[in-house]
Order: sequence, then structure tokens, then C-alpha cells
Amino acid sequence: MDQSLSQLCETVRAASEAHTPLLIRAGGTKDFYGNASSGTVLDPRSVAGIVDYEPTELVITARAGTSLAELEQLLAENGQLLAFEPPHFGANATIGGCIAAGLAGPRRVSFGPTYGGVRDFVLGAKLIDGRGQLLTFGGTVMKNVAGYDVSRVLAGSMGILGVIAEVSIKVLPRPMSHHTLRFEMTADTAISKLNEWAGRPLPLSASAWHEGTLYLRLAGASAAVRAARHQLGGEDFDNEQADAFWIGIREQTHPFFADNAPLWRMSVPSTAPALSIGEPQLIEWNGALRWLRTARPAEQVRECATRAGGHATLFRNGDRSAGAFTPLPAPLAAIHRRLKAQFDPLNLFNRGRLYLDL
Amino acid sequence: MDATRQRSLVDALRAFLPEDAVLFREEDTRPYECDGLTLYRQLPMVVALPDTEDQVRRVLQLCNEHNVPVIPRGAGTGLSGSALPHHAGVLLSLAKLNRILSIDPLARTATVQPGVRNLAISEAAARHGLYYAPDPSSQIACTIGGNVAENSGGVHCLKYGLTVHNVLRVRGLTIEGEWVEFGGLAPDAPGLDLLALVIGSEGMLAVVTEVTVRLVPVAQTARCIMASFADVGEAGDAVAALIADGIIPAGLEMLDRAATRLVEPFANAGYDLDAAAVLLCESDGTPEEVAEEIERMTAVLLAARATRIQVSNSEAERLRFWAGRKNAFPAAGRASPAYYCMDGTIPRRRLGEVLKAIQALEPKYGLRCPNVFHAGDGNLHPLILFDDADPDSVARAEAFGAEILELCVQMGGTVTGEHGVGVEKLDQMCSQFDRATLDAFLGVKSAFDPAGLLNPGKVVPTLHRCAEYGRMRVHGGNVRFPDLPRF
Repeated sequence: MDQSLSQLCETVRAASEAHTPLLIRAGGTKDFYGNASSGTVLDPRSVAGIVDYEPTELVITARAGTSLAELEQLLAENGQLLAFEPPHFGANATIGGCIAAGLAGPRRVSFGPTYGGVRDFVLGAKLIDGRGQLLTFGGTVMKNVAGYDVSRVLAGSMGILGVIAEVSIKVLPRPMSHHTLRFEMTADTAISKLNEWAGRPLPLSASAWHEGTLYLRLAGASAAVRAARHQLGGEDFDNEQADAFWIGIREQTHPFFADNAPLWRMSVPSTAPALSIGEPQLIEWNGALRWLRTARPAEQVRECATRAGGHATLFRNGDRSAGAFTPLPAPLAAIHRRLKAQFDPLNLFNRGRLYLDL
Repeated sequence: MDATRQRSLVDALRAFLPEDAVLFREEDTRPYECDGLTLYRQLPMVVALPDTEDQVRRVLQLCNEHNVPVIPRGAGTGLSGSALPHHAGVLLSLAKLNRILSIDPLARTATVQPGVRNLAISEAAARHGLYYAPDPSSQIACTIGGNVAENSGGVHCLKYGLTVHNVLRVRGLTIEGEWVEFGGLAPDAPGLDLLALVIGSEGMLAVVTEVTVRLVPVAQTARCIMASFADVGEAGDAVAALIADGIIPAGLEMLDRAATRLVEPFANAGYDLDAAAVLLCESDGTPEEVAEEIERMTAVLLAARATRIQVSNSEAERLRFWAGRKNAFPAAGRASPAYYCMDGTIPRRRLGEVLKAIQALEPKYGLRCPNVFHAGDGNLHPLILFDDADPDSVARAEAFGAEILELCVQMGGTVTGEHGVGVEKLDQMCSQFDRATLDAFLGVKSAFDPAGLLNPGKVVPTLHRCAEYGRMRVHGGNVRFPDLPRF
């Protein structure tokens, strides 16, 4: 173990001896996300750098404090990308924070090899637990069923199980070609069209509907993109403008996300009809992700999500007293508490960030 | 076996299960003594065959109350002994829960009971132009519940993912008999991603009673390239060259010469028997897309020193190319009294090195070992041919297998890519993981199953077992074959 890593373990060990709660925070680009937490700030950026990257293995291994932008730049230089297209929410984003937040971008629901959220691409991780021990889960190979798949669980864990020190991630080749189409249609038509198209072998790579316009990104082999454009019709969107548009959706710089109204992230089955809550909406992921701007009480928003068969997260702004995330049913909450106690017996890490009692 | 305990358990189970759903006589329980890994056998105390979810719940409640271990089982095709019975436990077969509950073509999902066969899902979805992508070789027999337990792969998982990528939701029961739901139809279920833990947990965390899988559109067409190489290392480099060119083949499989010679008389696939290795490389998609990709693949393979290239020109020809690969295990079964299939995964760049090392081990153990290989994702399946009637041959096969797995760990790989740890690879887990990590696995187990009643003794070795294994590896004098060099 090198010095920076052993130092980080030592810091955790000392905190554990002194029972000092820790708030894991690197670039702080996702401070807004989850519940408020407190504790002595632990900045894992002392542990940074690419550990191993062999493009032909389709795997990159990096220390948690590695800059997300630099990592993506390295992949781009080698004609590859992070297939889950993660939002950065700021220049200081790190790969460790990206995994801990578990947020995927517009490509999440694309077809075939590129499908998936953050957890679908995590192959392995090193984690510092609440005793200051360095644990190694998974590996650097794509198929690995030795032991429980703890490294995937770290995606979206909000740092409650420990300090992510290193991750190995499956990467993919950049698509040969991409193109965005625009269609004028209602939310309900868009939802039904998107689901219908997703059932056909089309190179869908992203979708966003807002105020009567559906944006559809195609990406893949040039022949496939060409054929799909021909089949789907729609209006061509200039590639450069389209790239900027998708970055705006991913980074939430699109005007829909402006101002300080509470922003809700509603996950629903992709075929759920348009929400009848009467508030501004932006639809992504073939209908499975519905962004909502509303000041309604959490109870009402969550009831609307439940009726649609999903759940709602208070993503930015607003009153978090009801918790940022949808509460868990009792048997799952019990498993969460016991898991947390196994990894972090003194409850040092990110207290309350995921759920108030964890 | 404690006959009184057995009798009282049978009586208690028969209070809510029909008589023929509770087996305890030796002639009835014998078929359940092992799974696909026949080297390990154990009779269970009782076999329970519920056919409703509620019966499953009551079996679990009863066992939990009386502290009886429960070993869940699907079709029993697993290759690592995950479903090996417990002498004082209930073997819980989920094979009778075999209904496809619903298929939603618009949402592209199927909700099925755990005993539904893998292939049956694709067959039922076919009329909607959809299928379930993970296709383990045993797909005609293996069940989706077993696939969830093992995180099964198949020959198309480089492009289409493993079970963990294709299962959206699992409904099941804790050992206490409480209902739990992991994942869901809406993405990113709240809380920790417990679905990722349950998939591949080999029946140790929860009992699966319902599974919702993602269905994907059937490709319009598929074509396969069969490429010959004069050296296994070059074939490995060709795989890397394909990936470097930005191609993700739908399937990418390799057979070494020993394997092609083993399967050819059985499958008549038309393999080049002079080649040191044959690569099968498939493209699927629209006709235009496939034509473009086959052209690129051919150019890359030729540049990577392929000595011969054949491209399938019909569906029949494509299936013939695959017939040899898909029949490798039955062919091994015909060529030898028994075979032992290994399942290590390595970084692809170490392929040539590893295959040569395995060849070098053959004379040491006096056993042949053809190799079939999921080349795209680095998953090796060396097939050690041995004689199961000869205890010495059995012991040599096990020692050979153990050495191959140690080699995979040394190369930065893993002891199991898709078959699971079960009881088979408990010792090698001690090599792959340090004690702190193994203890964390035990912690995960106890978070789901505090009393340790679900499939106990599988997957995670105890401290004691690793200590024993460590001693055996360090002090050559204690091993069964002291003349065999070890790592």
C-alpha cells in the first residue's frame, strides 16, 4: 500500500478511535444532493491518479480523487468513454464522488452494449471501512462472481459504507457516429413512441422531452444511425448544437433547471403516463425519468410517484425535513441498518446523508 | 442423520405441503444429492417442493423457527456445488414455481417465477420480437432463479451483459419469511443497491420467488466469422485488436486446438483442425450494420495474422459454427469418462501466457486439458479430462484445477467468472481475498441472514479453512501429492 493510501486509512483509524464523525467530501460538486450531514471533513483527493488503463481491456482503474474531467479526457484520447455519461456538476468533480452519488446521464437507457447506470459499469473497488481497514471487492475483469458484488453497491451509496479509495470501471468505445432528431409531440405521445422505439433494434442513445418537443439522440455504427434516421423521420438537429443541448441536460444548465424552485427527480416505469400533477416537467430515459419543478409538499409528490409505480427524490433546493430519498419498507430498512453496522460499526461516515437513521 | 428430527420436520412440513412435496426416503432424496458439479455429494435431510409463494414462506418460517438450514435449488445445473444439500437441512426446490406471470411488450419486461427456464422466457417473448439476453450454455434447462443466484453469463454477455445487467427486480423472502423486494420497474430503487448484492449471492441472502427481467429486441440478422490462428497468443492479440478498433462483437469465443479436435467429431462444425486456435466472432444488428461490421472485423483479423477466415453466409452455417462451441461440454463428456470444467477469468492481455502455462501443466498431472474461452471478456473454461472411477485421477484433476485458479488470481483475474464459488472454490477464495475482505463478506451475509441458515458454508471460507489451506500451500509435505510443485 502506498503512503497516501495508508495515510488515509490511518486518518480513518484515528477518527474511529476518537469516535469522530467524518464527512467525506472531495470537490464538493454534489453537496446539494442527499440529506444534510455533518462531521470532520475528510478529503480523499490525496489519493488520486490513474492506476491502470489498457484500452483493449475496456477497463480503467483510478484512485477515487482522480478528476472526472481528466479521466474522461484520457478515455476520449483513446476513443473511449464512460458509458453512463455522468453529470459533473462542476469542474472539481472526482471519480470517487461520481461513483458514490451514482448518478447517470442521458445515455442511461441506450440500447444494447451501452445500456446501464453507474453500477452496471463498476467492476471493482477498494474501500476503507469504519475500522480503517482497506477492503478489496470485485476486480478488473468483466466477469467475476467471486464473493458478493459489494463494489456495485457503492454506486449511489452516498459514502455511508466507507471511503471509496479506488475503482475499476468498464469503459466502451465511442460510437462511430451520432445524430439528434427533433419531433413536435405531446408528453404522452413521446412516452408511447419512445417505448415503442426501444422495442425495436434502433441505436437509441438518449431522449429528452420538454414543452412539446422530443429530442432523440442516435449513436452507433454509421449504417445503423443512417438507417434509423430514415425510419424515424423527425427534424435534423445540427450536431454541434445538439452536443451542447445534451450537455445542458446532463449538467442541468438547460433553462428548465434554472432558478431555485425545488427540483424533484421522479423514477417511474418507462410506460407510466405523463404525470397529471400540473407542474413543469422534463422527461428523460425513454420515459423512466421525470424531472419536476414544484413547491408542493414531499408527501404529495411522493404519492404521485407511488401512483405511477415509482419513487421520488428531492434533488435540489426545497425542504428536506421529509428526507431527500423515498423512505424504505421496514424489512429493507432493517437490512440497511445491519449492513451499515457491519461496514461502519461506529457510524462515522456521512451520518444521515442517505437516510436520517443511517 | 437424526431420524427423530427428520420425522418431526417431515410432519411439520406436511401440515401445509402435500405428501408428495416432502421427500425424505433415500431413494427419493438421492436425485438431489448434487448439482452439476458431481464431485461433491450429500443427501439432504428433507427435500421440500412447494408450488406457491406462500408455501415457500411457510417452509422458511418453519426452518427459521427450528434452526434448520435451507438450501435453495433451481434446476440443479450449477457447476460449483452452490446447491449441495446440507445433511441436517431442507433442500428447498423452487422448480415447481414455473409460471410466466406476465410479459409487457411495450415496457419490454417479463415477470416470471424462479423455476421458469431461461430459454422459456425468450421463447415466450419471441412473438413480440423480444428476448432475454443472457444465454448460459445450460439455458434449455437452467432456471431464472438459479441465474439470479449465480449471476449467470453466456456467450453474448460482452455486448448484452450478465444477469445483473438484465434483471430489474427480484421479489423474495428473507430467512425469517418476510417479503422483500429488491430493485424495481422504476430505475435506481431508493437506498443501497441491494439487488446487486442479491444477484450472484448463491442463495445465501434471500430466497427468490419472482423475477422481472428486461427484454431486448431480437436483432434482425447475425453473421459469424470463423478465424484460424497459428498461435494462441496471436489469437489473443487479435481479440485485443478488435476491441482497439472500437468493435464490441455480439459474441467472441475461442477454442484451442485440443478443443476443436475434441468437438469436431461430435459437432461437425467444420473447424480448422490444424489451427492452434479458432476464433468465433459474431456481429448482429440491421443487415447494413452487420455488413459494415463484418467488413471491419475481417480487416482487423487479417491484419492480426489470421491464417484463414470464413464468414457464415446463412443462418444454418452460422449455427453450425456455433454448434462446436455450444457442444464443447457434451463432447468432453463423450471423449472422457469425466471432465472438470474450470471458470477462471483473466485480463485478456494475459491470455497467451495462461494458455501456454495450462498446456505445460498437462504432463505434470498426466491429464489432458482442452480450452474453450469466452475471449471477449477473459473468461476461461479449461476442461480437465479425467476418470472419475479412479480416485487418483480425481485427485489429480482437482489439484490441476486448483492450480489453474491460482494462476488466474496471480494474473490479476478471478477464480470464478460465472459458475460461482459454491463449495468448489472456497479454498481459492482464501488466495483471492484477504481476511478483512472475507470478513466483510461474512458481514454482508449476517446483515441479511443473522442466524446463518440460508445455504450455510458456501462462498465465504471460514478463518479456520483459510488457515488450513495456507498451511497446505506453505508446507509441501502435507499435501496429497507432495511431488507436485505448487505456487
